[in-house]
Amino acid sequence: MFSYLLRRLILVLPVAFGVSVICFLLVQIAPGDPLTAIMPVDATAEEQAAMRAAYGLDKPLPVQYAIWVGNLAQGDMGRSIATGRPVAGEVFGAVQNSLLLAVSAAVIAFPIGIFLGFLAGYFRDSALDKAVTAVSIAGVSVPNYWLGIVLVIIFSVNLGWLPSMGAGPGGSRDWSWNWEHMRHLVLPAVTLAVVPIGIVSRTVRALSGDILSMDFVQALYAKGMTRFDVLIHVGRNAAATALSVMGLQLGYLLGGSILIETVFNWPGSGFLLSNAIFQRDLPLLQGTILVLALFFVAMNLIVDVAQAAIDPRIKRS
Amino acid sequence: MTDKLLEIDHLTVRFKGARTIHAINDLSLSLGEGETLALLGESGSGKSVTLKALLRLLPPKRTEIEGDIRVGGTDILRLSGRSLQRYRGGDVSMVFQEPALALDPVYTVGAQIAETVMRHKGVSRSEAMEVALDMLKRVKIPSPERRLQNYPHELSGGMRQRVMIALALACRPRLLLADEPTTALDATVQIQILLLLRELQKEFGMGVIFVTHDIGVAVEISERIAVMYAGQIVEEGTTREIIKDPRHPYTRGLLAANLHDVARGERLAAIPGAPPALETRPASCSFAPRCALAGPDCRAGLPPVVTPAPRRRVACLRADEAVPAE
Repeated sequence: MFSYLLRRLILVLPVAFGVSVICFLLVQIAPGDPLTAIMPVDATAEEQAAMRAAYGLDKPLPVQYAIWVGNLAQGDMGRSIATGRPVAGEVFGAVQNSLLLAVSAAVIAFPIGIFLGFLAGYFRDSALDKAVTAVSIAGVSVPNYWLGIVLVIIFSVNLGWLPSMGAGPGGSRDWSWNWEHMRHLVLPAVTLAVVPIGIVSRTVRALSGDILSMDFVQALYAKGMTRFDVLIHVGRNAAATALSVMGLQLGYLLGGSILIETVFNWPGSGFLLSNAIFQRDLPLLQGTILVLALFFVAMNLIVDVAQAAIDPRIKRS
Repeated sequence: MTDKLLEIDHLTVRFKGARTIHAINDLSLSLGEGETLALLGESGSGKSVTLKALLRLLPPKRTEIEGDIRVGGTDILRLSGRSLQRYRGGDVSMVFQEPALALDPVYTVGAQIAETVMRHKGVSRSEAMEVALDMLKRVKIPSPERRLQNYPHELSGGMRQRVMIALALACRPRLLLADEPTTALDATVQIQILLLLRELQKEFGMGVIFVTHDIGVAVEISERIAVMYAGQIVEEGTTREIIKDPRHPYTRGLLAANLHDVARGERLAAIPGAPPALETRPASCSFAPRCALAGPDCRAGLPPVVTPAPRRRVACLRADEAVPAE
């Protein structure tokens, strides 16, 4: 198991390198010049060139990349062109907020998804199964930013129960686990949970349905096991695959909540990203994308290792 | 009749769905303590369905079961809840055709045997593991201590079937149901498993119903043979009687279709046609369409059951006719 872990960790290195190159280049491909956003319109060519040199944007791309990675290794992700603040602080603050939102959504979505999916799989082709299928397809299909706006209209505007934007008093910097803060989490987390509920329940339905139709389930009943025993066997058989789907969903939740964070003004990575895009803030954009991508890589690694730990059929050597 | 281990009376099984399948039609069968019976028939004749009905493994919603099944005097079709769980794996257990599919892939074989023992004997996990180890020794698995920790995919097919047998016998059932346990195995391994089953039957003294389509296997393992066709038993008797004096044309066909004693280049004697689809309940002899001896009287109604000797029966109008010269 240890050597498997080590090998998986070593395999991450080339992936991380590729991710960093793509992050760096992707931003170069994007149209628009970051300097036009911060330079006065009447800036002379000399002034522009000086600014360009100050940010190191006049050097050839490979050199820029080398400098960028060299600084990264020291924990320096550069300074935001728009605000002048260190990118690292901005990104990690935002990612923390996004993580809070993503994990909350996952805590809502995964148990519900597993429960619904298992019910549908166990009572396959019944009315219950069809109802669950309808719910999960609706969950995946409904645009969640639209749903977010609808929820805001109902619960914030009409009923006035929950706030519609922000992360609570004091903003993102001092979050604490009290109702004053948590009530800000409810609407975005619920909205964000809708898609993974659909995906997880579809996955678990297919998994549990397939496993229940396998011969060994009949063999379990044949040797006198109870329904509950069988349920545990099914769970252990489904765990590895279900876990990988949920791990990847968590990755998507973290990076893919741009729309939701924008709808709810949630100070997370998606919010930061959309601002960085509009302001052509290259260092901030690169930093944010890199952190999210590396988080995804890390999530994959964790899922792989967890799968190997749970499922004996996955080769560890 | 109290010494009867198993009595099946007028068992009828129908599968309902888009179309109804009359899988078992008025099947009666009895088995004494410690007796070994081979249930012989081709695919779709209802052999496996009979075994599954015995363990109540058929999906209750889609299955209609009529008749009577008694094991040691207990009415099996009335069992439910706890008593059904005690019965399954405790009184009667089953060895499946495909050990690769019948074992849970993510549990060690030791754990799978132990959980059965814990369920039925109410012992602790470590005691149950002791039993599992003992069982692995009895089915002659080499280095059993190590195998206990193996997962099914780490074992060979023959080894897996040994595990399956160890699992089935761990709680000392009175009746073992073996559903074509050697079909999925290599020929050499088949013989080993057959010999093992025969040996364990002698050692443990349980009754065995051995389902097979291979008449050679049936002869090897059993004292008695019941031949099934279209959900009915068409002929039953001791193995010797069936081999030496087959009365039903279907049994004769099966014996003639055997590969033994066939000269090279000679055409194999196969039974023409295919078994009926069983969408309607047979009202006449199901074998008549494929039978060389069939006459209009065979198609007029169900054949009478002739009993030439005690516990010997043939469901055929022509049972008393002389065997045609071959």
